[in-house]
Amino acid sequence: MAVDEKYQAIAIGASAGGLYALSSLFEQLPAEYPLPVMVIQHRAKDQKELLEEVLQNKCKMIIKQADEKEKIKRGIIYIAPPGYHLLVEQDQTLSLSSDELESFSRPSINVLFETAAEVYREKLIGVILTGANSDGASGVVAIRKNGGLTIAQDPQEAQYPQMPQAAIDNGVDHIWTLKEIQGFLNQLFVQHRNEKD
Amino acid sequence: MSFDASEFRKLLESIRFLYGYDFTDYSEASMKRRVAHFIRGRKINSLEELGRILLRDEDTFEEFIQEVSVTVTEMFRDPSFYKSLRDKVIKRLATYPTIKIWIAGCATGEEVYSIAILLNEYDLLERSIIYATDINQKSLQIAKEGLYPIANMKTYTENYIKAGGKKSFSEYYKAKYDSVLFNKMLRQNVVLSPHNLTADKSFNEFQLIICRNVLIYFNQNLQDKVINLFYESLCPLGFLGLGGKESLLFASRRKYFEEIVKKERIYMKTE
Ligand SMILES: C[S@@+](CC[C@H](N)C(=O)[O-])C[C@H]1O[C@@H](n2cnc3c(N)ncnc32)[C@H](O)[C@@H]1O
Repeated sequence: MAVDEKYQAIAIGASAGGLYALSSLFEQLPAEYPLPVMVIQHRAKDQKELLEEVLQNKCKMIIKQADEKEKIKRGIIYIAPPGYHLLVEQDQTLSLSSDELESFSRPSINVLFETAAEVYREKLIGVILTGANSDGASGVVAIRKNGGLTIAQDPQEAQYPQMPQAAIDNGVDHIWTLKEIQGFLNQLFVQHRNEKD
Repeated sequence: MSFDASEFRKLLESIRFLYGYDFTDYSEASMKRRVAHFIRGRKINSLEELGRILLRDEDTFEEFIQEVSVTVTEMFRDPSFYKSLRDKVIKRLATYPTIKIWIAGCATGEEVYSIAILLNEYDLLERSIIYATDINQKSLQIAKEGLYPIANMKTYTENYIKAGGKKSFSEYYKAKYDSVLFNKMLRQNVVLSPHNLTADKSFNEFQLIICRNVLIYFNQNLQDKVINLFYESLCPLGFLGLGGKESLLFASRRKYFEEIVKKERIYMKTE
């Protein structure tokens, strides 16, 4: 791996309408995608692993529910278990907590974004997708403060515009449609492959 | 708020030195968030300042403990766990003349009443002793009172039913204004006492140990140590129940446990 790779990880937050948005982002990504992806999707506590199964059927990358203290690996999409916050530790492992709700949610996008920003700093990409609340809005601020890149789904396109709009109100680098975000994520892979050749 | 790593370490070390509470092996990311939250709430400016305040002010330290020990809990949290206890564990417990149970990290006691209710429905409560422990004294006090917000009863009732409850849940408590008081009978054989998993030793031998949503706050090293403590505290063929996302994966003792219900993290000590 080139040590000076521009990005090391992607964190994505989605709420209402998220399943469609997530699967259209992930569908095209190759199995050997060069970055790890961490996802917060708000969902009911008793949903267990339904989301993971549905997404796995559509994607080539490995989709897995995040486990306690597991080492973060490239090429894997980690999804926060329902009812637990997902956090990134300094040694690039994942941890879970059942702390209080944040922005009325557990898992909360802010918790993932803020802890991931402290670890990956300018090498983190944060993406806020459709949702009917404002979780993630302070998370994008943390990512920007640490020099990372922030993207919000275009609220005009989002099934529920409130969440990306709240992020945009706090300031993001790009406001993109799903297609544009997808193009950007794909191009990271192409770049990575070319650099290796 | 981002902390300097060595400053943070220093704070935890001095807390350990002064008060004997050891947070140095806790998962760092969530610990940092809770400390940051405390600092913000009291308008403290830096870790150093917090250190100075804790040094001279025991009351603030008590409040600090309240805040950094996460007290979030529920009755019949993860109903399927309790369902599995009913289906797979209770019958074997019933073979012991006295059933000794340790609930470690019991927080405000909702879990304790849940277990007591379950035992009661198999007529086992009378010959059980439930030791319920936590580091948070204030939480233990709440557990002792058995008084909980009435607003939570809807969720708890649903949980109780999903967990295989046999009665009408409201039989177990009396409403009092906006609270409910759980039946004293449930507490008859409950011993609530402070115990710190990072420092204190085993204090008895148990047929069942329940420690849920506590290990996730510890790093691998401390998890391993605590699992050892549980191993030493279980009788042969004793049961261990962990939280839904916890496992023996990192425990050096894992070979000495058999999975009884894998998904619910219920294990049995084999030797
Ligand atoms: C999230 S609560 C879990 C409560 C309950 N077991 C449940 O699953 O709902 C975590 C509890 O662990 C306790 N705890 C944290 N560190 C501890 C330690 N070193 N020894 C004993 N208890 C501890 C906290 O005070 C808190 O009550």
